[in-house]
Amino acid sequence: MSGIEKIQVVVTNIVRLNELVTRFEFKRTDGKLLPTFSGGAHTVVEMQDGEITRLNPYSLMSDPMCQRAYAISVRRDDEGRGGSLFMHNKVSVGDNMVISYPINLFSLDLRAKKHLFIAGGIGITPFLAQIKQLDRFNGYWNLHYSCRSESLGSYVDELTDQHPNETHVYYDDKDQQIDLVKLLEGQPLGTHVYVCGPKGMIDWVCNTASKEGWPREAIHYEEFLAPKPGKPFEVKLAVSGKVIQVGEQESLLEAIEREGIDAPYLCRGGACGQCETAVIDYAGNFIHRDHWLGEDEHKSGQKIMPCVSRFEGKILVLDR
Amino acid sequence: MSKFTFPESIKSRPVYGTLAMRDGPAHLLVADGHGAEAILDVATPIMMTKAHIIYLPKGEKFANRLRSLNPISFYSGPSYSAATSRLVKVLSDAKMGLQVYLAGTEGLIGQAQNAAMEAGIPHNAIQTEHRGSIARRMQCVHCKGITEDVEIDPFICEHCGLSLFVRDHYSRRLAAYQGVCIDAEDPGNIPKSKGIYE
Amino acid sequence: MTIQFNDETFRDDYSFFNSERAIKRFPFPFHEDSYMYSVNMEQHRGGPVDSIYEKRFDVDEHYVAEMRDRALVLADDPLRCQSLPHMTLAGWDLLELIMVTKSEDYPDLFKLHRDGNKWRWVNKPLGIDDKFVFLDETTLPYGPMEYITRQAQGDFCVLDQRDDNLWMDAGMVTTQADWSLDFDIGMNFFEWHAPVPLAHEKGIFVRALKFLLNIQQGAPARRLNWTMTVNPLLDTSPENYHKWGIQKTTLTPKNIGAKQHLRVELQTFFRLPRSNGLVFPIRCYLCSFQDIMTVPKWGRRLHRVIRDLPEELATYKGFIDNRPMMLEYLKNFDDGLPTSLGIWPEIDTEPKLQK
Repeated sequence: MSGIEKIQVVVTNIVRLNELVTRFEFKRTDGKLLPTFSGGAHTVVEMQDGEITRLNPYSLMSDPMCQRAYAISVRRDDEGRGGSLFMHNKVSVGDNMVISYPINLFSLDLRAKKHLFIAGGIGITPFLAQIKQLDRFNGYWNLHYSCRSESLGSYVDELTDQHPNETHVYYDDKDQQIDLVKLLEGQPLGTHVYVCGPKGMIDWVCNTASKEGWPREAIHYEEFLAPKPGKPFEVKLAVSGKVIQVGEQESLLEAIEREGIDAPYLCRGGACGQCETAVIDYAGNFIHRDHWLGEDEHKSGQKIMPCVSRFEGKILVLDR
Repeated sequence: MSKFTFPESIKSRPVYGTLAMRDGPAHLLVADGHGAEAILDVATPIMMTKAHIIYLPKGEKFANRLRSLNPISFYSGPSYSAATSRLVKVLSDAKMGLQVYLAGTEGLIGQAQNAAMEAGIPHNAIQTEHRGSIARRMQCVHCKGITEDVEIDPFICEHCGLSLFVRDHYSRRLAAYQGVCIDAEDPGNIPKSKGIYE
Repeated sequence: MTIQFNDETFRDDYSFFNSERAIKRFPFPFHEDSYMYSVNMEQHRGGPVDSIYEKRFDVDEHYVAEMRDRALVLADDPLRCQSLPHMTLAGWDLLELIMVTKSEDYPDLFKLHRDGNKWRWVNKPLGIDDKFVFLDETTLPYGPMEYITRQAQGDFCVLDQRDDNLWMDAGMVTTQADWSLDFDIGMNFFEWHAPVPLAHEKGIFVRALKFLLNIQQGAPARRLNWTMTVNPLLDTSPENYHKWGIQKTTLTPKNIGAKQHLRVELQTFFRLPRSNGLVFPIRCYLCSFQDIMTVPKWGRRLHRVIRDLPEELATYKGFIDNRPMMLEYLKNFDDGLPTSLGIWPEIDTEPKLQK
């Protein structure tokens, strides 16, 4: 479906890192090797949660060169729609699951003379794989990692043990903050900055770097939005000739898939543009939440990203 | 001097703009000949407090006016080749956020852009403004030799002697347009040369 | 199936030939009686038995001779193979992809033994048996991309993906349809396609790029492209155009059937896992007009396509001057009967030439 290859895996290990974050490890069910990947790649994990099939993207954090097992880390989100809760509460060692082939929308720029990583909380995960990749090829990198507290600092010990000179950790509860302007000002020409974390942090880093004269091409970020719940609404799908209901707890994309209609996707988080869908007719208001469409496109009423965006109103007809 | 408007062309052909100051911790301005006028247009006293200027007069008399802008450093030299080590030094000392402004002939802009790209600045982030001669820097696709300041089409490769027609296909890496043998399918039948934009 | 490798040349005496089997599996590029650019991409997941689509990298009777020709081109001009410094990992990706797939698809010709990083590669047709350490450039005689593409038919463009674009940052290009890697290396997708007429205006490249950027691991794609070449010359490079261009003027009504070749590129696209790059192999197949005419459906169709092709395309593809002579020849093989859709020869079902 949708051009993404799937892999049957078995859960081989579950490690609770702290109050919020748990690591899951997968091996192939058929005992063969997993595909290699590049640092920054994610996999889409399929969860059979009762009647609902959830597809959530998680960054691969294991060594990209290691083909025996993949690892992801999942932060529990008690307010979310239940994907992370499903992983935390319902998945056990030995379970069979389906994951996608690795997809990389947050790739290293291998021309960079230096890689500057800025992570907030669970945003550390793609960097763990990128650091392993760079280490193997003697890449030059630095990490600035901001966590809420020592007890919630996932992988801090591992990083500071193995990379004491490259790793810089900041704890919110100790009022430690990255001195971003100074950090950016000091970087040699050819440095690329990568940021992954909460939206506020991403905006802060992107805007500050831009103000400091950094070229757009040297600023990289990844933020997967989780779809937010909302009021139920009705959609007419013109191509498949169906009228479907989007429930409170599901995304428009999930509702389309539930009806057995093949819709393209890659990130399921409003970033990659793959699920972009043309609007044929509407009467009501769009709730656009993606990073893909521009402001003009949001206002135009001609396009929607069904992975994260919703609709409130009477009529919505999509070209799907 | 009035600015030349290049005809619309294919996607590999560079497009030049008008220099405008952008925020950044430092500025590097490189120009030849009449490109000096573009620097004079964009320069402000505040900008000059953190600016380096590299200038190749090529017979024009703007050097003193540029120097009196009082940049942090000023260099005036006889050729691009002579200026190269100076340019590389400024780039290797620079930090992220350096703004690069290039003005003058296509040959100068292309070569300096290449040096800035080598230093790690994406080409889109480098500002360029064309001034002065419309001559092109041409690479002969056959012998790989570069012929500078080509104004006519076809022209004779100064390395291998073939008659080449002037393409709009442009390589940033070589900072040159492509020249291809014009009489390969009809040896000796070489049309009369005319100006590239005639 | 065992392959009998031809002893043949692609230069000087041009002893290149296609066996009957090779003609039957020639990738005739026109699925209908006319041609215009399109984003004619499809999944590259096998195809009919013994067709060029069957294996991920097709190996045919020209393999050994093509590799010999590549070595001659590189000895003359090493700039045909270049890799910018950040592309070494992608080169290893390509080496791994080709070694793994060829040893799986042609176990009687190629063998790969892997013990962790210690690899042994056996290429029987070329008489190669090398041991090396994977990801260690010091253990190979060339860089990884050059090493493996000296043993693989077709050109290879290795593309870096960044800033929502693809960048031609490495390649092995010795069987090209008149473009220069040395000139184009470092360009983005729109720039290296800049000289192509009409397609930009039609939005072809914008759509094609969007498709290519989203090609994922394990899901390769393919398309066909074509041009014309006088004599079975693989290396139609701009570098040597002043030497081979003259050959276009040697066509006569008498020799055109043997000398004029339809040149078809099987272009495939694979995501490279370790570098997140994309490899774009461009495999060139040549077939003389007279061999194509042995398939009645192809004879009828080629005449109609060449006759109706827009002038810009005939010029860009370099045969505008020879088109009238081509049509004089081709019209003898067009009896006006309808043709079936699709590229396959359909020798058993299409009527014989009614002339």
